[in-house]
Amino acid sequence: MEAAVETKSLSRVFEPKKKKEGKSVTALDSVDLRIEGGELFGLLGPNGAGKTTLLKILSTLLLPTSGKAYVAGLDVESQFSAIRQKINMVSGGEISGYGLLTVKENLWMFSQFYGIKSKVALQRIDEMLKDFGLSEKKDAKVRTLSTGERQKMNVIRGFITDPDIIFLDEPTLGLDVNASRVIRSYMIDWLKDHPTKTVVLTTHYMVEADELCDRIAIIDNGRILACDTPERLKKMVKMNTTLSMDVTRLKDAAVLGSFSGVENFTFTEDGDKGLTRLRFVMRDESGVSDIISAVLSQGSRIESLQKTEPTLEDVFIKMVGKGLE
Amino acid sequence: MAVMNDLRTMKNAAWLGWQMEANWADPFLFATYSIVKPISATLILVFMYMVVTGGNTDNPYFSYMFVGNALYMYVAEVLFGVTWVIHDDREHYMTLKQVYIAPINFYAYILGRSAIKIAITTAGVIITLVFGVLVLGVDIFLDDVDWLLLLGSVVLGMGCICVLGLALGGITFLTARHSIGINEGVAGVFYVMSGIIFPITALPAWAQSISKVLPITYWMDSMRRAVMPDAMAELSTAAATDVTGLGGVSDLYIMVYLAISTAVFFALSLGVFRFADGVARRKGKIDWTTAY
Repeated sequence: MEAAVETKSLSRVFEPKKKKEGKSVTALDSVDLRIEGGELFGLLGPNGAGKTTLLKILSTLLLPTSGKAYVAGLDVESQFSAIRQKINMVSGGEISGYGLLTVKENLWMFSQFYGIKSKVALQRIDEMLKDFGLSEKKDAKVRTLSTGERQKMNVIRGFITDPDIIFLDEPTLGLDVNASRVIRSYMIDWLKDHPTKTVVLTTHYMVEADELCDRIAIIDNGRILACDTPERLKKMVKMNTTLSMDVTRLKDAAVLGSFSGVENFTFTEDGDKGLTRLRFVMRDESGVSDIISAVLSQGSRIESLQKTEPTLEDVFIKMVGKGLE
Repeated sequence: MAVMNDLRTMKNAAWLGWQMEANWADPFLFATYSIVKPISATLILVFMYMVVTGGNTDNPYFSYMFVGNALYMYVAEVLFGVTWVIHDDREHYMTLKQVYIAPINFYAYILGRSAIKIAITTAGVIITLVFGVLVLGVDIFLDDVDWLLLLGSVVLGMGCICVLGLALGGITFLTARHSIGINEGVAGVFYVMSGIIFPITALPAWAQSISKVLPITYWMDSMRRAVMPDAMAELSTAAATDVTGLGGVSDLYIMVYLAISTAVFFALSLGVFRFADGVARRKGKIDWTTAY
């Protein structure tokens, strides 16, 4: 099956204007990537990792120095016109937009560049402005919008053309929690409604990548360090899962440490609350159901249960050697 | 199909251009500005002329200068305007990359934006000429206008100026704010060398040779021949020599020259535009911001 995006030994080097101005910068270094149709694919990396450069190449704004990149099976160097009919791109943290036009006019104009019938475009604009909570700003000049509102408008601009593949470069950068949530849930709903379409997302935010993405590529210094589902990436980190449980007083807590998968077990009694606090360090999760059954068979009730697993941040630190912030 | 798409792109770009040009003020203020601006710009030169000649506006040179100066608005506005579209979209509105990755012919987009510049400039030129005729006695009489020559000159001249602007627009991809200086420089060369406010015969011989290659020189002359034939004839008779530098050249020759040079510049501007587009994409300059 044809990949939505495929890169083969893709490299991009930025040369300084003059030799005395410094060394060349390798933004992408032999990147091999395959993104399938229908995926919400995340590129996670620190500033200067090469995320935006990769998106610029895939969206036909920039040419690679060497290697190949294909979008919808089309070569970004020679078939860019055909690619442009299938894609769109939204960049976060920008204040782009024709300030003298209204929100509706801006969106309508871009829809016309994609050949969408005016009536259809206007209907879509109304629906999407409603989805993004921007209906009241429909006739407001773009220059009067807040940063978050502009960003929402730009996300609408990206989706309104109904692209097969959309590239989102830090779409929630600098936005408040509500605005970010609106954009994230729109992405998820859009993919649910259009299961063959593809979203390629770059982000700084671990939680965003973890929650949204089917697969994530961790990129640093222009190289892909790892690429897999968030779950599998987390399993790459050799870190034990911790299970913490508060239960009503147990008759025999010590017996719980003998179940399979338990590497370490401690418990404390909280006399004031009448609780036994259990803490298991698990090699694997094979014994979890047995532990719970044993607790319940002693007539005890589970008051709280918390499982601590390796996070994407742990994976990132392991791969890159530093955190994002 | 491709032609229809390009026409649709031009129409939408023209709509955008109109909004950008006219939407910054209420209609009355915009109309006032549109009338006052070209007249004021022209009056600077008129006053200079009057100070130097002691107010002799009856001399056919005055009409020569006034008409040339009015028509030069096309050269300045279109050359400057095309560059400004790219510069403004890229650096101010930051929308160039969004337009650029849209499935449109970017060349058609710039042509559409330029078309509105031409339309607005046409209004300015007409306002200036009407003001000149009614207030300053410029020698234009509707009964004497050679409409066929005027139509041919306008079509070919606009085409030529437009493709020149597009070539410079291509260069704008590769330069930052300096592109505005480049365009002002090119427009300045036309101002001095193309017989805008003084005949090219006032230039040294080597400069006249250059003038006689520039299509704008021919366009200016054919426009003057079309709208003020009597004044042009009076100029030649009074001096008893080829005062404009193109006195021995027929109208047909000028039209053919303009047609050929427009075709040549069209091919050249397409080439420059495509080359510059490729270099800009290779060097990452499509979404370059340097000025804001």
